[in-house]
Amino acid sequence: MTAAMNAASLLATLMAGDPALAGKLDGGIVLLVAVKVVVAFAVLLVAVMLYIWGMRKVIADMQNRIGPATAGPFGVLQTLADGVKLFFKEQSIPSSADRTVFRLAPYLSILPAFLMFCVIPIGGTVSMFGHRTNLQVADLPMGVLFILAMSGIGVYGVMLAGWSSGSKYPLLGSVRASAQVLSYEAAFGLGILGVLIQAGTLSTRGIAAQQAWVSWRSIFTDWYLLPCLIPFAIFLIAAVAETNHPPFDLVEAEQELVGGFHTEYTGIRFAIFFLAEFMNVITMSAVAVTLFLGGPSGPAFGFLPAQGSVNVWFVPVFWFLVKLLALLFGTVWLRASLPRLRYDQLMALGWKWLIEIAILWVMVSAGFVVARDRDWPLWAYGAITGSGLLAWGMLYLSIPKPGEPVEDFR
Amino acid sequence: MGRFSGFAVTFRQMLKPRVTTRYPAVKREKPVRMHGRHVLNRYEDGMEKCIGCELCAGICPAKCIYVRGADNPPDEPVSPGERYGFVYEINYMRCIHCDLCVEACPTEAITETKLFEFSFANRSDGIYTKEQLLVADDGRARRQPWELWAGGEDDDTSAWMRATSPSGQAAYEGRIGWSGELGFGLRQPEQGQAADAPRDGIDADDTSREVGGGDGR
Repeated sequence: MTAAMNAASLLATLMAGDPALAGKLDGGIVLLVAVKVVVAFAVLLVAVMLYIWGMRKVIADMQNRIGPATAGPFGVLQTLADGVKLFFKEQSIPSSADRTVFRLAPYLSILPAFLMFCVIPIGGTVSMFGHRTNLQVADLPMGVLFILAMSGIGVYGVMLAGWSSGSKYPLLGSVRASAQVLSYEAAFGLGILGVLIQAGTLSTRGIAAQQAWVSWRSIFTDWYLLPCLIPFAIFLIAAVAETNHPPFDLVEAEQELVGGFHTEYTGIRFAIFFLAEFMNVITMSAVAVTLFLGGPSGPAFGFLPAQGSVNVWFVPVFWFLVKLLALLFGTVWLRASLPRLRYDQLMALGWKWLIEIAILWVMVSAGFVVARDRDWPLWAYGAITGSGLLAWGMLYLSIPKPGEPVEDFR
Repeated sequence: MGRFSGFAVTFRQMLKPRVTTRYPAVKREKPVRMHGRHVLNRYEDGMEKCIGCELCAGICPAKCIYVRGADNPPDEPVSPGERYGFVYEINYMRCIHCDLCVEACPTEAITETKLFEFSFANRSDGIYTKEQLLVADDGRARRQPWELWAGGEDDDTSAWMRATSPSGQAAYEGRIGWSGELGFGLRQPEQGQAADAPRDGIDADDTSREVGGGDGR
């Protein structure tokens, strides 16, 4: 009985961020949550569809081509057509495969991608079915931790897919995937930590609220873009690596690994892997928007009533989408411009540069935050910066340069 | 900025014109003498030009043409003269579109359209019979359901012979040395063969001075 009550109160605490879930539960609230989950999932699926179409169009533009143009207006239904085709394709399972895990793996990889999206606030607080609620599926008090956990779990799908295929190339691909995620998870987390130190909260909605729009100067003062510029860069690089997006797509390097972890997959299971991959790209971009670019914060439409439905419902979502699209265009631009990294370059970038810089940034900015809160004198800031630079210099000197034998350093 | 200059390259390309055409809807202009799917031509009065001589079949390097000639029925002749092509088949699973059959044909019976887009789904469709190859009563190719025609691809099926002056002599440029076609009549020469201005003293009917190499000229 107490366990159940503890669980209930824990659940209440976890859900307390959303005004609709703060009080007693009733049928309307359950319906509300169900609607939000279904809508979020549908929106994410449609977003993936549009992202793949847009990606192909932009890359085509960058290569002086037209890109998909046949299915639907401007070829916008091309992804749907591909999906329908894949749905009706034969699904084969290798005889040496672990059949259960082989079937399970695609879903293991798509689930974290969607769950991560659930904690992203994409809009303000609105009234729905007579309840006030956030435009967010779940407002967890530790939403950022949840994001970190899900991004780590996401690699299980890839890893198990490669392992359960019972085939060499998928196995190599999945080993690469786990090594890559392991290497970049640290830099990814430390990049986020740069924001958390400034924000002092783990709630995604809380972080977005701190970057709320006051005036145009909010972009420079309230958003965590400028205060956390270096963590932002580290986060972007690490997020691209975490999602196995080019130029870090060694997991499915065609020239080396046939298809990588999904070599043995066919039909709709293959499609689900691709869905998960692009869903991850969208979700990671959404995380970056929330943490660094103010999430839904942006100027209201002044010519409309401030509390009108357009300004309450539409405008925050609009600004969120604008920022999301800018980042997604960046991912496509990366894909079109950069060649794939060599494996040692990947590891060197992650271990020798990103983690070092991120750790030092975290230490220095933590020192700054403490100095600010405790009203330390001005020279303390200089001391913190100086010691940070000193530590960074020592770390830099301790890295063997290319061609230099490691033994000389011992 | 050396390692970021690639981004500028890709971005610049976005502003440049596209090189791709919307292919199935928009086809690029094809060369006048393109070697495509064949047609069997007819004279202006509807008679077939093919005389069943099998020269095309003989020269075909891919051995894809099968011709059987037969005597013309005296009452209703199929072609002017003695013989006509009784059976005429081209196997497009073998044809390499080299156009040697067109060169070999003494009566300009077989020529090629510009169509190359025909994707039959079964092997027997790949063997075109005489009924499919013979031009229709308007002089146009009979379009098969698996062929993707755009307008004008069978306009100029005789362009090849109308562009080449007989015997390769520049003196014959601009002169008509071919027969009329059903639906189109006697057509004008195709321009396009570069040649010097006609030389004085060359009689167009006297080819002995230019051809027949080594005849003691």
